Amino acid sequence: MRVFHLNCEEVAEVVRELEAGDVVYLTGKVVTARDRAHMRIVELLDSGRKSDIPEEVFSCPIYHCGPLLRRGKKGIEVVSAGPTTSARMNPYAPKLLELTSCPVIIGKGGMGEEVRRALMGKGVYLAFPGGAGALAADRIENVEKVYWEDLGMAEAVYVFRVRNFGPCVVGIDSKGNSLYSFS
Amino acid sequence: MVRREEFIETVVELIGRAETELGEDVLELLREAEKKEDGHAKMILQSLLKNVEIAREKRVPMCQDTGIPVIFVDVGIDAKLKFDVYDASREAVRIATERVPLRPNSVHPITRENVGNLPIVHCRLVEGDKVRIAVMPKGAGSENVSRQMMLLPGDARRIKDVIVSVVKEAGGKPCPPIFVGVGIGGTFDESAILAKRALLRDVRKMNNFELEILEEINSLGIGPMGLGGKTTALAVLVETECCHTASLPVAVNIQCWANRKAFAVIG
Repeated sequence: MRVFHLNCEEVAEVVRELEAGDVVYLTGKVVTARDRAHMRIVELLDSGRKSDIPEEVFSCPIYHCGPLLRRGKKGIEVVSAGPTTSARMNPYAPKLLELTSCPVIIGKGGMGEEVRRALMGKGVYLAFPGGAGALAADRIENVEKVYWEDLGMAEAVYVFRVRNFGPCVVGIDSKGNSLYSFS
Repeated sequence: MVRREEFIETVVELIGRAETELGEDVLELLREAEKKEDGHAKMILQSLLKNVEIAREKRVPMCQDTGIPVIFVDVGIDAKLKFDVYDASREAVRIATERVPLRPNSVHPITRENVGNLPIVHCRLVEGDKVRIAVMPKGAGSENVSRQMMLLPGDARRIKDVIVSVVKEAGGKPCPPIFVGVGIGGTFDESAILAKRALLRDVRKMNNFELEILEEINSLGIGPMGLGGKTTALAVLVETECCHTASLPVAVNIQCWANRKAFAVIG
């Protein structure tokens, strides 16, 4: 098992060297998006309003996550923040992969054939252990930005600063290999 | 007599316990699976066990999907309740949302407007003077791949295959290794309730029928998180009830590796 400790700012440069089965720990900025955020991103793109989309969506790994947060005296505390089921984002992911400079998706459960094809020659799908929300929160240092709070806690877009975020298994690589035979 | 305040306090405590601690029966099966696996499967199971430890130590929910609180209440006819169990359950969930805390997960089904957290309450009248409460926070990843099927009498021989195919279809989506709650018989609605109640059982106690299905499921190779391995399910739990001579309802309620549940008896 090959293990990589990668920086989110540099991951795009080495992403095509990663192979299905490799284990990755990420450090840097990731941006969350799940169903509602994906729908809004695609709507804005379709109506020619790309500038209204958080810039991190096109420059950071996208993390399929609807976190549990608590607002305290020290600001926003991440209580539990594991991945959500990625397959729900199948219809939206190819469009985002076309436009991003950081073709890395983090989630759980795998993604469909259309996403495997969109990742070819481009990027990877990383699987963080599903349900490990407390472990994930432990690896999130802080919430740097919050966008689209009107969507509610679970659906808003957050920029997390993470440290050694993993273990993330490369579930789908840029050569078309997938560890998922049932998705 | 059971007072409203006592009921509410108990439900709040049970929600907190279910979200932050895993039952010994579930933990035991997870630990056994970790010993049996190697490679990615072993690494993932180790991460899950570590996650359980962090959640218990920090007293935080083990998963950010704190679920929809499903609350089972068996009310003894001599418990002399003088309050609305449904209303008191909603109040308990409101308090737990702040205290545990819980992620606001409930939305209007069509407008998708968020309304905080609302429980699903299943209440029964039973003999005695006690009130038995079970709380099961149910996440969407596993609930979304659950299925109810109205089979026909001639399908009785292929019930096992039908259950296995639901698990195969679910793949890595419900956070395997999963627990498979099955309700066979009853009516359309009753089969689903049987499947959900089955998940409340001690997961270590399976009969031969259940073990056979488990073996077939684990031969699929889906493995922890769908990344391959020997452990796709940790337990299969089947409940049956007689049904109409012309029908065969089968419900499969999938539960993620974190089979969260907590119990109390008051009064």
